[in-house]
Amino acid sequence: MSATTVSLEDNTFTDPRRRAPLVLGSADFATVTDRVAGLVERPRPPLGWYIGFAAAVVWMLVFFGLVGYLFLTGVGVWGNNSPVFWGFPIVNFVFWVGIGHAGTLISAILFLFRQHWRTSINRFAEAMTVFAVVCAGLFPAIHVGRVWLVYWLFPYPNPMGMWPNFRSPLLWDVFAVSTYATVSVLFWYLGMIPDLATLRDRAVTPLRRLLYGLFALGWTGSARHWHVYERAYLFLAALATPLVLSVHSVVSFDFAVSQVPGWHTTIFPPYFVAGAIFSGFAMVVTLMVPARAFFGLKELVTIRHLDNMNKIILATGCMVGYAYAVEFFTAWYSGSRYELFAFVNRALGPYAWAYWTMVACNVVIPQLLWFKYFRTTPWAMWIIAVLVNVGMWFERFVIIITSLTRDYLPSSWGMFMPTWVDLCMLAGSFGLFFTLFLLFCRYLPMVAMAEVKGVLPQAKVHHHAEHEASAAPVGHDVATAPAHGV
Amino acid sequence: MNREAVSISPDDGPQEGGPWLGAAARFAGPAELLAAAQRMNQAGFRRWDCHSPFPIHGLERAMGVRPTILPWLVFAAGLTGALVALLLQWWTNAVAYPFLISGKPLFSLPANIPVIFELTVLFAALTAFFGALLLNGLPRFIQPGTTAASFASVTSDGFFVTVQASDPLFDPARTAAFLRELGAVEVELCPLPKGAAEIPRGVYWALAVIAVSALLPPLFIARARNHTLEAPQEQPRIHIIKDMDFQPKLKTQRISTFFPDRLGMRPPVPGTLPFDPNPAPAIDRGRFETGREGDQFVTEFPIPVDAALMQRGRERYNVFCATCHGLTGEGGMYEGMTARRARARGETLWFPPAALTSQSVREQPVGKIFDTITHGVVREGRHSMPPYAVQIPPRDRWAIILYMLALQRARAPSPDDFGAASRTAASSPTSAPTSPEETRAAEGGTGESSAESSAAPMQGIQS
Repeated sequence: MSATTVSLEDNTFTDPRRRAPLVLGSADFATVTDRVAGLVERPRPPLGWYIGFAAAVVWMLVFFGLVGYLFLTGVGVWGNNSPVFWGFPIVNFVFWVGIGHAGTLISAILFLFRQHWRTSINRFAEAMTVFAVVCAGLFPAIHVGRVWLVYWLFPYPNPMGMWPNFRSPLLWDVFAVSTYATVSVLFWYLGMIPDLATLRDRAVTPLRRLLYGLFALGWTGSARHWHVYERAYLFLAALATPLVLSVHSVVSFDFAVSQVPGWHTTIFPPYFVAGAIFSGFAMVVTLMVPARAFFGLKELVTIRHLDNMNKIILATGCMVGYAYAVEFFTAWYSGSRYELFAFVNRALGPYAWAYWTMVACNVVIPQLLWFKYFRTTPWAMWIIAVLVNVGMWFERFVIIITSLTRDYLPSSWGMFMPTWVDLCMLAGSFGLFFTLFLLFCRYLPMVAMAEVKGVLPQAKVHHHAEHEASAAPVGHDVATAPAHGV
Repeated sequence: MNREAVSISPDDGPQEGGPWLGAAARFAGPAELLAAAQRMNQAGFRRWDCHSPFPIHGLERAMGVRPTILPWLVFAAGLTGALVALLLQWWTNAVAYPFLISGKPLFSLPANIPVIFELTVLFAALTAFFGALLLNGLPRFIQPGTTAASFASVTSDGFFVTVQASDPLFDPARTAAFLRELGAVEVELCPLPKGAAEIPRGVYWALAVIAVSALLPPLFIARARNHTLEAPQEQPRIHIIKDMDFQPKLKTQRISTFFPDRLGMRPPVPGTLPFDPNPAPAIDRGRFETGREGDQFVTEFPIPVDAALMQRGRERYNVFCATCHGLTGEGGMYEGMTARRARARGETLWFPPAALTSQSVREQPVGKIFDTITHGVVREGRHSMPPYAVQIPPRDRWAIILYMLALQRARAPSPDDFGAASRTAASSPTSAPTSPEETRAAEGGTGESSAESSAAPMQGIQS
């Protein structure tokens, strides 16, 4: 295995004669296990984890405390009022759902395209998806007002003899988001079963052995099981790919199917999906840059991974910028004075500061990623990614608030001001997200060990099989992968 | 139990011990495992398996594993999901609870596509996940071969072949020798785990009891919520969350802790004057409030009638009466929304409202109609029409009756209601007005007659 004893080299350079290694350092199967499982098995995590966890838990408690306050008092604690009844809860909902999309994209779409570099980051990104969808699901649920009747959203036989309206995009949203949450959890968990078995087999305390053992479901790495498992994983990837595109399309229908100026456009579905991937990748970078430094994962999550993600941020950022421009063109070309006013009002009206924050963060700043320095320098890309997150939150704010405050009837115009509850709930949702995320970092395998092992050079059977006299015919089938520079 | 596994060296003779669970052989790497799997398959072993920390492509073909049926299951589940979504949307929105929105068709496929798509994905994904577990026989916490000492490395960097003792070709010594011949680094014979390794039977019973008792609360809730004719609920529903049904406000007849006299119902402040822009004239309160004179129903209005009272009656009628009796009071196909909906839903407790313009109602004295509005109608021990004494004050009840008489007159007019020109036309139907003068005269006549007909009910009342 001397071939892979490469030091922490620069693997962002593409040499056509030699495929850049996906994993750096002296990686073999056992070291991958030790590196990843060792993080979970440490008796106590670094001090930074405790500080971060304490801060996150405090904000999570603030969030749930405010939810309790909301229930006892009513939705008047928010700034939502005529004409802006959606306000922060829906802004936050769209923001968090969008964040989730990068996880599914990395795990499903890149899997279908056989992008092996995804193996180091997919578990991380999938976890982010699940936790973001948790945050996203809470906001519309508490936004319904009488939250104890939230099950009325679902079609079920009831003594009132009533059924929901299946032609409403809001109901499509219920189906899309709940399906998305279910499939994301299944996908995440299915991928984690072999790694949970690894933790079970390495467990030293009976409690860990029992808990990891329960969730590993008795996995033994049987070839018969791998055979079915891989098909199931492929199907989930193939199902999740159109699903992730559908979810944000349906979210955009909540706006586009209505007739509010600034919402009623056909560009919304692709524009929302591109924005979702954009914000999601920015969130992955935001989380991954500190995580790989704190947890010593620099050999598994290499600069090349970050470089690739930054390229996707750049591409989707340009798509989003294009969408902003086309919206203005469409408004002008439509000849509708209301549409045109809606967009002029966005750029020059009372919320112009939000609009230009959005444009600066989403369109202007990501252009720095054309330079390799910004794509490969962790602190620089981290700042850019955080600003993209800010920008994408403001995008949803601009879409919802500016369109609702000033639509057709000037006599019905108004202004929206968030209350302290709005702001603390936004911060609190980050607390919830980071609480879940830090628990994940502490107790679950952060990197998909089985998948990373599968892309190590040692995992290829062909050049070992060549000198085996038996030379099984199957050896030829798997010999399609190019030889690594060993 | 791992300690009990027996490690065999090549020199060992026939093994003592047993009974055996099987044998486990560790190989150096994926290529060696692949080669060994090929030979194991050729040797004719049946109950055996390969284990590796990651999937090795081609291994299942080398082992002779047949392709899984999972794709077909997923495909069938996806189709089922699509069908379920389609039927759900069609049945709920077009049949069970028709939703008419902007005059669009009740069942329109394009609007149903998003939900069809989502349920297709949901059903297929759940089947892919649980189908894979089921086909693999998971969860299963004690598996053949897992008792080998070194087997724990299978999820890190170990590559294993396991053979179960139940395989027809299994023989402790010869199988171990064969595995070693295949290039195994290490071969272990695994004894059957002692009873302690089994999950105790009591655990299954406990789980079953918990599962059954978990069903009890929803069953009680379902029973408490079920309200039918056969099993009516005597008690009102339990309100876990009070919504707006119970408000912290003071109602009449309640005790107040705030006022010293503890009366919730406050008397007017001394010196309060009643406010009424149209002070009521002196009227017979008994006739006015009961519609009776002694034990006889009154036949004339106890209050003066005028156009304002007629307007008030029309407005009140449309509020309180039209929902069942319809705007024209004719019943039948003109009955109100509530009656139509009850009929459409096939309500068994529903009596169709009376046609107010029918002969039988027309012949009733006004006092009788007043009495009906006040006390409702009781049929078969139930109110088929509820009493309106609380909602409609007496003056409004008389106003409604006045408007009702107008409706009856409109439905069954007498020839006198049409004025002179109409009478002429009615007596000689062949001589339609031809000259402009005659037409104008006829129009003038109609104008007169409408003025007359609005006054007509009052005549009827006076008579």
